[in-house]
Amino acid sequence: MSAFLAIVARDLRLGFGAQGAMLTTLLFFVLAVSLFPLGVGPEPQILARIAAGVIWVAALLAAMLSLDRLFQTDQEDGTLDLLAQAPLPLGLVALAKTLAHWLTTGLPLSLIAPLLAILLQMEGDAIPVLLGALLLGTPSLSLIGAIGAALTLGAKRGAVLVPLLTLPLVIPVLIFGVGAVEAAAYGLSAGPHLLLLGAFLAGALALSPLAIAAAVRLALE
Amino acid sequence: MALTVEQLACIRGERQLFSDLNFRLAPGEALLLHGPNGSGKSSLLRLLAGFLPPAHGRVLWDGAPALEDAEAHRARLQYLGHQDAVKSQLGTGDNLLFWARLYGLDPVGTEQAVTAALDAAGLQRQRHLQGGYLSAGQKRRLALARLLLKPATLWLLDEPTNALDTSAVAWLGELLAAHRAKGGMIILASHVDVPLKDARRLDLPEGKLA
Repeated sequence: MSAFLAIVARDLRLGFGAQGAMLTTLLFFVLAVSLFPLGVGPEPQILARIAAGVIWVAALLAAMLSLDRLFQTDQEDGTLDLLAQAPLPLGLVALAKTLAHWLTTGLPLSLIAPLLAILLQMEGDAIPVLLGALLLGTPSLSLIGAIGAALTLGAKRGAVLVPLLTLPLVIPVLIFGVGAVEAAAYGLSAGPHLLLLGAFLAGALALSPLAIAAAVRLALE
Repeated sequence: MALTVEQLACIRGERQLFSDLNFRLAPGEALLLHGPNGSGKSSLLRLLAGFLPPAHGRVLWDGAPALEDAEAHRARLQYLGHQDAVKSQLGTGDNLLFWARLYGLDPVGTEQAVTAALDAAGLQRQRHLQGGYLSAGQKRRLALARLLLKPATLWLLDEPTNALDTSAVAWLGELLAAHRAKGGMIILASHVDVPLKDARRLDLPEGKLA
């Protein structure tokens, strides 16, 4: 357990640092969402109609931004070798790193999303649902994305490859994430969508550490 | 306690690096890997560390297959690769602190162990300096200091003298001698002379023991 926490704490420190992923991810997310009112015009009905989709797609893309560096920096300086030699299974090392990635990208991004939702004239009732859906959905993005990051280790164009590999796999998150918010906006129950997001997360949580560990081990050969 | 290697072969890409490698290492013994560039010194070390599966042959620890129980194998070895695994954004002391925590040292022992390791490596004055500002030799010393944080029997060292100055090489010699005196084993690849008293020599790729 202490080894797990040591990896999370170290990656958080690196993530919050000046060269870390948090600030760029958050700025990209805010900027990408704010471009839409400029692009489609300021009519409240149009903005309210597209708000959920815009925020979710921007969140998806923002989460991809720093993913290619998730294991790459550790591989470049030799740390990944030693993490693979750590006294805890490689799957848990991967889970610790993914947790730190979510804490520095998905979590702050989810927390700032309600502000952007107001900017886009989203229905008041839908905003808490948006927050809940993002908190449930973004960990899946980090987990699935980490598989892509591990698979592209050593590839020269990792930054482009990771989204290409990962985005198709996270389409369910987008569909149910947007579905939850729209259901709430129309006064329907968001429950089923949120449950499906939760189920997706449970599956990703169980399976992706194994896939990441296998991919990392292959990269270290 | 002994490491035995039987008929070991390694294939990288399409090329066979070495084959029919046999040796036995007992506590306190050291093996020096010799050979031209590309002869498989690093691959042998990575193979013994469990990163690479052997193409043929067996690695035995006390007569039992060593690589199958990966967790037990990891616990008894320390691997030092070409790279120093120093995070440039973290302080010198924090770099070591991370490894100490990862290796599961208890919180009280961690500080002391890190201080002792920094002292031994002569990096006490750089404790709060970021890793990125260390010289290549200092980074190498920091990587070697990490060896002191985890009690492991088998040390696998790949070119440990890289970028080290003469006094640091002498320190490395003491480190290696102390490890052997405690019953540790060392397998070391180097193309320069390392202060390693009566170590056996293994010439790659022929696999001849000297």
